[in-house]
Amino acid sequence: MADVLKKVPVREQDPQVRATNFDEVCLGYNKEEAMEEASRCLNCKKAKCVEGCPVSINIPGFIHQVKEGNFEEAYKVISESSALPAICGRVCPQESQCEGKCIRGIKGEAVSIGKLERFTADWARENGIKPTPAAEKNGKKVAVIGSGPSGLTCAGDLAKLGYDVTIFEALHEAGGVLVYGIPEFRLPKLDVVAKEVENVKSLGVKIETNVIIGRSITIDELMDEEGFEAVFIGSGAGLPMFMGIPGETAKGVFSANEYLTRNNLMKAFREDYDTPIVKGKKVAVVGGGNVAMDAARTALRLGAEVHIVYRRSEAELPARAEEVHHAKEEGVIFDLLTNPTEILVNEDDAVAGMKCVRMELGEPDASGRRRPVVIPGSEFVLDVDTVIMSLGTSPNPLISSTTIGLDTNKRKCIIADEETGKTSKDGVYAGGDAVTGAATVILAMGAGKAAAKGIHEFLSNK
Amino acid sequence: MYKILEAGKLAGNIYKMVVEAPRVAKHCLPGQFVIVKKDEVGERIPLTICDYDREAGTITIVFQPIGASTEKFATLQTGDFFRDFVGPLGQPSDLCTEPLEEVKKKKILFVAGGVGTAPVYPQVKWLHEHGVDVDVIVGAKTKDLVILEKELQEVAGNLYITTDDGSYGRSGMVTKVIEDLVTKEGKTYDHCVSIGPMIMMKFCCLTTQKLNIPTVVSMNPIMVDGTGMCGACRVMVGDEVKFACVDGPEFDGHKIDFNAAMKRQALYKTEEGRALLKLHEGETHHGGCGNCGGDK
Repeated sequence: MADVLKKVPVREQDPQVRATNFDEVCLGYNKEEAMEEASRCLNCKKAKCVEGCPVSINIPGFIHQVKEGNFEEAYKVISESSALPAICGRVCPQESQCEGKCIRGIKGEAVSIGKLERFTADWARENGIKPTPAAEKNGKKVAVIGSGPSGLTCAGDLAKLGYDVTIFEALHEAGGVLVYGIPEFRLPKLDVVAKEVENVKSLGVKIETNVIIGRSITIDELMDEEGFEAVFIGSGAGLPMFMGIPGETAKGVFSANEYLTRNNLMKAFREDYDTPIVKGKKVAVVGGGNVAMDAARTALRLGAEVHIVYRRSEAELPARAEEVHHAKEEGVIFDLLTNPTEILVNEDDAVAGMKCVRMELGEPDASGRRRPVVIPGSEFVLDVDTVIMSLGTSPNPLISSTTIGLDTNKRKCIIADEETGKTSKDGVYAGGDAVTGAATVILAMGAGKAAAKGIHEFLSNK
Repeated sequence: MYKILEAGKLAGNIYKMVVEAPRVAKHCLPGQFVIVKKDEVGERIPLTICDYDREAGTITIVFQPIGASTEKFATLQTGDFFRDFVGPLGQPSDLCTEPLEEVKKKKILFVAGGVGTAPVYPQVKWLHEHGVDVDVIVGAKTKDLVILEKELQEVAGNLYITTDDGSYGRSGMVTKVIEDLVTKEGKTYDHCVSIGPMIMMKFCCLTTQKLNIPTVVSMNPIMVDGTGMCGACRVMVGDEVKFACVDGPEFDGHKIDFNAAMKRQALYKTEEGRALLKLHEGETHHGGCGNCGGDK
């Protein structure tokens, strides 16, 4: 009998093997492992895990079905709340959400809710189970801008309610950050993302790629000329931030967005694609978030020695613990309490090294985290030929600057009501990174869900 | 999929295609560009808009193959399709968005070099249709590489053609023509738009700086998404970092650091060169490109 205090371990690719390929790191549970893990669930009456889930999945409900081996039923329970379970099971920060609240976690390890969700969704896909479309169409047209997590969720929920939904996507592929941002080795594009996008389409949602709202057409035109009665803006995060230090426009300095887009959306890692990418021999990734981990592990797989350069200590790394752990296992070097001050360039304007200073932690700052302070005289040069800046993004002004009556805050994020997604413009709703600034997939999905409800109420009372 | 209604050569290895893209054609203005992708495995290539027909819903693009992806574009025929065609991207030319009375007060000179003649044409045409006639200098290496002469003749005030080798029109670089017009032929200009190869725009700007003519140039840097997401297209304008795809592509030419921009442009040269080798030599390129681990 296995130890009920411990999670059933999940199989993973060996770190040394996976550091040289782009195949998925985590291999997931098989049926037996899933049923065994599911039997650890206490089936709490007042389930804390559900409170921790931004889309309120009936977690004990689906886990009970997994335990009994009723995987199709389990999938149906999840589908009531989430359109993208195979994705969430892989990229949600469960440790701070559902699993963080699990009662099992008090004495032992929380139930592996994320891995069970993933198993259920993967099983449904492999067995051809699809979500059920709406019985009746109501003929009302809703436009969704962006096919990332918030847009897909909002579109899926509205389609289930009978709306005629069209998603407009600026890039040539649907999926938003799931396609351009999160790497293949964490989230397989063809087997997982494309299939969940297909599921949303099977609910009747149309997706038009290569349409940039604010350029190809405006929100006002969508509503006045193309007959859309409501619009949801889920356009995502925007322009990459740079540090503003000397040498940042040199050859060999990239934003994490560019580096990851080339590799993930444009598949630069594959010989059969035309996209070029600078592989680099020694790469510094500046930043400590999930995106920084993704960029670092990508550069590593492309053959580089990779350093994460972060100005605070390990405890403050904003990335998920699992991502940091995986990066370390694979051989990414962590230069913590280190801050770049200048990118050195050679006569060809290419990166020739990065000047850094060592930091120590002082008093807590406004964010509550201890402020990093420069150690005098600690300057040194990190020997690198490529620098990837992963410092976050600021909102893209394309939509807000071309839509009259859409208010933004001082950080240029669109202002939207948290409960309903309602913006200052009648019939226009928003959610996800375009509203909150860069956050997580599941929070964006939660916002898409709330907005779908808001739009449904608005159009029902119209 | 976006249908190619017309494909052909304009001159030398400069290609012209008319593509069905109603959403782009409905909204584009001179100065803006599109991003084109041939097929699943192709790159996203930014191309300037040469002409548009709002009624027919078509966009005309003009390009010169410089890498593997544009070489593949050149193989497409009338009736073929581009997988992706997105736009209009970037800011329209200031001349098309400023109050017309202000624009009419200006004496304007356009300086086009090589394939840069293509994005100059819609601006000159738009201005002509709005009652503003401008002078245009078109520079090309040799007679056979002069493009859009007939079209420009119809919409330009004065058209000056010059070839590097003197085989057609005036003889010499565009910078010489600018100087001749101003210092010897009594012309005055208070606004110049220069579009062409980076090196031409650089020297054009040095000349107009000397002659005190404010000059706008159109930058065409490395780009991925074209919507402001990747930051690959950043250029130094004065001491500010600008993204060509959302802030440009047109900038004050006297503030551009051309030397830095030209070096940045060369970033993927070796990568592109390798891709080109692979395209031409197929599997036999192995061992020669330095990219695939030698003679596997």
